[in-house]
Amino acid sequence: MSSVKTRKLVNLRNFPTFRPVSWFVLFFLYIPLVHVIVYSFNSSRIATIWEHFSTKWYFKTFHNDDMQRALKNSLKIGFAATILSTVLAVLAALGLVRMRRLGSAFAWSLIGAPLIIAEIVLAVGTLGFFMAVHIPLGIFGMVLAHTAFCIPFALLPIRARLGQLDVAPFEAAADLGANERQILRRITLPLLSPAIVSGALLAFAISIDDFITSFFISGPGSTTLPVYIFGMIRSTVTPEVDAISTLLLLFSGIVLISSYVLNRRRR
Amino acid sequence: MSKIVRGRPGQTSPWLAIPTIAYLFLTIGIPLFITVVYSFLQRAKIGMGVTWHFSPKAYKDLFILENLDGTTTFDTRYVKVLWHSFQYSAVTTVATVVLSIPIAMWIATRNESTRNILVAAVTLPFWISILIRTYGLRQIIDDNGPIGWIAHKLGYENFHIIYTPIATMIGLTYVFLPFMILPIYASAERFDFRLAEAAYDLGAKRWTVFRRIVFPSIRPGVIAGIALVFIPALGSFLQSDMLGGGKTNMIANVIALNFTQARNWPFGCALSVLLILLTLLLVQAIRLISKKFGDQVSLV
Repeated sequence: MSSVKTRKLVNLRNFPTFRPVSWFVLFFLYIPLVHVIVYSFNSSRIATIWEHFSTKWYFKTFHNDDMQRALKNSLKIGFAATILSTVLAVLAALGLVRMRRLGSAFAWSLIGAPLIIAEIVLAVGTLGFFMAVHIPLGIFGMVLAHTAFCIPFALLPIRARLGQLDVAPFEAAADLGANERQILRRITLPLLSPAIVSGALLAFAISIDDFITSFFISGPGSTTLPVYIFGMIRSTVTPEVDAISTLLLLFSGIVLISSYVLNRRRR
Repeated sequence: MSKIVRGRPGQTSPWLAIPTIAYLFLTIGIPLFITVVYSFLQRAKIGMGVTWHFSPKAYKDLFILENLDGTTTFDTRYVKVLWHSFQYSAVTTVATVVLSIPIAMWIATRNESTRNILVAAVTLPFWISILIRTYGLRQIIDDNGPIGWIAHKLGYENFHIIYTPIATMIGLTYVFLPFMILPIYASAERFDFRLAEAAYDLGAKRWTVFRRIVFPSIRPGVIAGIALVFIPALGSFLQSDMLGGGKTNMIANVIALNFTQARNWPFGCALSVLLILLTLLLVQAIRLISKKFGDQVSLV
């Protein structure tokens, strides 16, 4: 009996084409990234033709002033948008729990809008808005816009964690006479802190990777790294593009792994 | 606010959410409103921006071409752009479904530790810059890249897919695959594989088992995936720009053009409004389809 069952199970697990298609998909997902990383060590002037191993494009990148400026802008905007969006996400997560149905439906449609509406639509709309109220295209405007689309991502882990929290510590605190403020400061926020940091890191990853919004609303002095990379791709493509991209990948990787580890711990 | 705490202890006042709602209203609500307003204005005589003269001209320009002698003819350029955008998005959606069902099912039938690694591997690209992913893919499918090299070795001397609509569709498929795999996997994970075994034991062929038993169970995932792939694909910019060359303009490329070189903001805004309406229509359509099947489809 058990041998029959095993045979059938193996049969289903190995439904024809599942395994080869899966390996193909994984290969397809990662080979372009592997190509970028490998070819960043290419000595050739032409990005697609391999010559021999060299780290010269990394040296060139480190001495490229435009790239440095773009990196600084990305970090500045990223940090500011992360702090703003995380604070707003925490407030929204806490407040929306008890908001009445109509209000919260309106709030969620605003929060979800950047996830559903094409980014280019919001980007050109924001450009129009800035022009109409005379906000100059610069770091300030970039922070305003980045914060908006970072909020849903910062909110994701915070909201999930809030739903998992045990009621016992809150009831205990209330029974012992703690008021709303004390509970918030001494219980809710400490319990949420890993999720808050994790949300902040996700917001940061989204901000430094953003291209489309930044492309439309960055002024001459507020070009970010992705906008700079796009400009390089449009002109002559040397392996320097691969080198800068690899650095950005490395950076996102560190941020994401930290977020993941924080989310795992203390769960 | 009153001191009486409704709900459970520790729940804060709903007023806390007001700054966030106000912020998003300002940075998302107002720009969307302005897009609609600008679409009914006229382009500035010089430079960027608009002049405040109400006119439905931008919408008329979508379909009607005014000739120099004052006569008008039906303009097919933008209808074609719309049609291409739909076509590329539809092909992309089909391609992602075909690729995602096998891998989602395959992941769902692995043991737990392998499953966690595979889910992480599929999720990771979601958080990586789309610009870099698209650039990496371009290097792969370039005539001088690995695919070109293989094609030449196999004797296809005239191999060329970069800067064609096919390259755009490959790029869209590449970028949006995780959005299809993950919801299908979420449905497949809950599927009781003993049902398929039972059907198999009772003599159903493999294909029948898949069609009659497995597919209805993963359908909510497929429907959610279709929404998560088709809608963003329709508004995508980078893939047609970087991989399709100038030949394969999608809606977003025409919007971008009108805010950069062409400097016709009202027309760009009219296209944006059209794209928003299409998005809302599609969201509604997905809702109706999932209702028809009685499936629980969650989009976020």
